[in-house]
Amino acid sequence: MAKVIINVQKCKGCLLCLNFCPKGLIKKSKKLNLRSLNYVEFDPQGECLGCLQCAVVCPECCIEIRE
Amino acid sequence: MRTFKRPESLYDNSTHYCPGCGHGIAHRLVAQVIDELGIREKVIGVAPVGCAVVAYDYWNFDCSEAAHGRALAVATAIKRVHPENIVFTYQGDGDLAAIGTNETIHAANRGENLTVIFINNAVYGMTGGQMAPTTLLHQKTSTSLEGRNAALHGYPLKISEMLALLPGVCYIERVAFDSPQGILKAQQAVKLAFENQINNLGFSLVEILSPCPTYWGLNPKAALDWIQEVMKKEFPLGRLK
Repeated sequence: MAKVIINVQKCKGCLLCLNFCPKGLIKKSKKLNLRSLNYVEFDPQGECLGCLQCAVVCPECCIEIRE
Repeated sequence: MRTFKRPESLYDNSTHYCPGCGHGIAHRLVAQVIDELGIREKVIGVAPVGCAVVAYDYWNFDCSEAAHGRALAVATAIKRVHPENIVFTYQGDGDLAAIGTNETIHAANRGENLTVIFINNAVYGMTGGQMAPTTLLHQKTSTSLEGRNAALHGYPLKISEMLALLPGVCYIERVAFDSPQGILKAQQAVKLAFENQINNLGFSLVEILSPCPTYWGLNPKAALDWIQEVMKKEFPLGRLK
């Protein structure tokens, strides 16, 4: 399973990653980052396919995917 | 299993772009291609005036700034003085297809061995979402409140089709940030445009249909859908030359 690491301080909450995750493993957080924006969170219990779509579409390049 | 991380040619800082803006994606693609080709020490980028005016703050390689629309004139000079360097311009539609149309056409016609990354988002982003030459017919902007009217404002300027007619041009392709698949296709096009320069083949331009959610009045996902459903009809994708 792939591990998705999101830099929540860089995230602007555009939610593009959330829209393209085929497994629905990315959710909008109710918490705010230091820029007062609702960032996104990855569900670590979910079975990530490692398709990279969330990382490819992220305009802030704040998603890293590791094995 | 594939992995993904920030390219070395892209600084790990936060951009000034609006949420969902395509510029961040385009910056990453350029950085990724430069890393893949191993040309970071040889590359010189020329930043435009427009939303991407401080692109050099995000790229970890040498960059120059040009006056509005003059990126290709500056790039021509840099390339002619330093032919061993890989020189590219990164320009929006206001820069390349409006105030800089003259420089664009002449640089292409001279067949300068340059790479151009052309970001087409159909509005002037930095100055407040005004109508650009690339604005679609009936598209509402802050200076065309009833939508672009052909009789009053003319038609959307298809600069890539115009440039494809010129003998000095080597490669023109239009791609779109409408989906992750579209972004991966754009990456291939950007890579080919840089490879053409490395192989001394001449002027290469990649036009990227890129979302501007703020001035289109759409959320980021809806902006991508608008590219797919509306913008691609006016600006068809594919290799033009």
